[in-house]
Amino acid sequence: MTQLLFFNVFNGLIIGAFYALMALGLSLIMNLSGVINFAHGGFLAIGAYLAYMLIPYIGFWGALIVSPILTAVIGLAVERVLIRRLYGRDPLYSLLLTFGLAFIIEDGTRVIWGAQGLQYQIPTFLQSPLSNELFFLTGYRVFMVAMVVVIVLALFLILNYTRLGLRIRAGTLDLETVSVLGVNVRILRNLNFGLGIYMAGLAGVLAAGMLGLQPTIGDSLIMPSFISIIIGGLGSLPGTLLGGLLIGVASGVTTVFLPAASEAVMYVIMAAVLLVRPHGLFGEEGRF
Amino acid sequence: MNKMNARSGDIVVWLLLLTAPYWLPLTGGYVELGSRILILGLASMALNFLLGYTGVLSFGHAAYFGLGAYGTAVIMKYFVESTPLATAFGVLIGTLAAAIIGPLIARLRGVYFAMCTIAFGQVFYFIAFQWRDFTGGDDGLSAWHREPLHFGFATLDILNNNKAFYYMALAFFAAAVGIMAFILRSPFGRTLLAIRENERRARFLGIPVDRHIWLSWVISCCFVSLAGALYALLNDFVDPRALRWDQSGNFVIMAVLGGMRSFWGPLVGAAIFIVLRDYISSHTENWQSFVGLIFVLVVLFFPRGVLGIIRRKATS
Repeated sequence: MTQLLFFNVFNGLIIGAFYALMALGLSLIMNLSGVINFAHGGFLAIGAYLAYMLIPYIGFWGALIVSPILTAVIGLAVERVLIRRLYGRDPLYSLLLTFGLAFIIEDGTRVIWGAQGLQYQIPTFLQSPLSNELFFLTGYRVFMVAMVVVIVLALFLILNYTRLGLRIRAGTLDLETVSVLGVNVRILRNLNFGLGIYMAGLAGVLAAGMLGLQPTIGDSLIMPSFISIIIGGLGSLPGTLLGGLLIGVASGVTTVFLPAASEAVMYVIMAAVLLVRPHGLFGEEGRF
Repeated sequence: MNKMNARSGDIVVWLLLLTAPYWLPLTGGYVELGSRILILGLASMALNFLLGYTGVLSFGHAAYFGLGAYGTAVIMKYFVESTPLATAFGVLIGTLAAAIIGPLIARLRGVYFAMCTIAFGQVFYFIAFQWRDFTGGDDGLSAWHREPLHFGFATLDILNNNKAFYYMALAFFAAAVGIMAFILRSPFGRTLLAIRENERRARFLGIPVDRHIWLSWVISCCFVSLAGALYALLNDFVDPRALRWDQSGNFVIMAVLGGMRSFWGPLVGAAIFIVLRDYISSHTENWQSFVGLIFVLVVLFFPRGVLGIIRRKATS
């Protein structure tokens, strides 16, 4: 029983780390540009499929580096061509646009790579369990968690100690003033969008190694990411991170006692948080 | 002049709707298509009550549409085979769920409100998907059918006569639309417009904004669940796709495509969207891409919608 519980807590932590990775990207974009990127799951799929294409040539490690960057480049282009036109308009329009993009990307990946699931090779040393007692802890799972930790740390370092990060944080608070102070806001938003998409792409490469590839791979991750953001509070990246881990572990634990409710528990937590703190755990009143 | 235009517009719409079963087949359509446009148009108009007139962005209306549909189907399949009872139950369930969820989100605005409606919308999708014994899971609820309506003195055979079904749907549609128009003209409706235009000022005037938004949300969801109930009756079937997030997106795009600031806009949008989607999906397997493309194009080039453009042309 304890081992089962431990297994599910750990499993929940992995899933939660994923939710957080995806939600952090979403959150970045939403905070600075006020855009709910519904196509985030689509970009995740693009990252995963690009890795699938690249692995035969440059191996898993190469793909892990190159594929998220390529995804981010696609993201930069999409922001430049489509999303940029909608800043300053009702958030309804950017939501509808990314909604349409999500359809197009899902259908596009289906046309190019087929609807059936694909698999790709992860390095063999990551496939084996760590030890006999901890048979459920494959190296890949540990590796994934480590990767997420590294990325989250890197993100917080970027945001806190680089000029770009400083500007992103300042822009989140008051974009107009940042613009008046001589920062090119168009470029800032563009880079910020790319950063968010990079994280989606990375999540895609990692997730596909565990879940396998199909065009709808992002679908099961997008709703929990929304919930992570809502629980953490809009505008707060640490909140988003915590929210993701929280619902991941909660659904992991629920799987032990009541498997059918493992999805529902996230929504219960969300409802409870909204009831007590309408703006999320770390959200500020009046910002959104 | 403007008022007269609006009045004559109303008359044209009602005349077209009343005669639709007779002229639709001449244009290559069929009566069932008319019923579908009417029902999804009602859903989109109900959404627009919130979106266009209260200025609150809901992206989760499919949940209440689907609850209306499932409520109806469940009653028909498991309890009593009575069309009116089942419809009433569907509407009740949808409205009740909205009333309970409402207070949690009525305090939120903008993207935050939108995200919460999306997330709450998915709850019911998961329930419908996973509660296989009761809801049939992914396969949905089938093997039931709508029952003819008995009025004592006469019977309306909505089961076998699709014109009869159309007129029943039209009666519900007319009642719902009439009530919404009445509410919008009432002081309460004017208050909603005031909240849309300037929430802070409305608040200063002492209007309990959150309560108004909650009420507007419940009214909107009530009519959406009516549309859902009718949709289940139309198809004699319901499955989880009726309450998935893409359905919510469809309602929003219909409203935007037709014109959010016009009363009839969403109905026009529904007609265009449904005909277009039917046409595309009968010609290509990749209809999903084209539907996505419709979303993108509408946002970029027709943000005011068809009626919005017509109106602007007329005034300039």
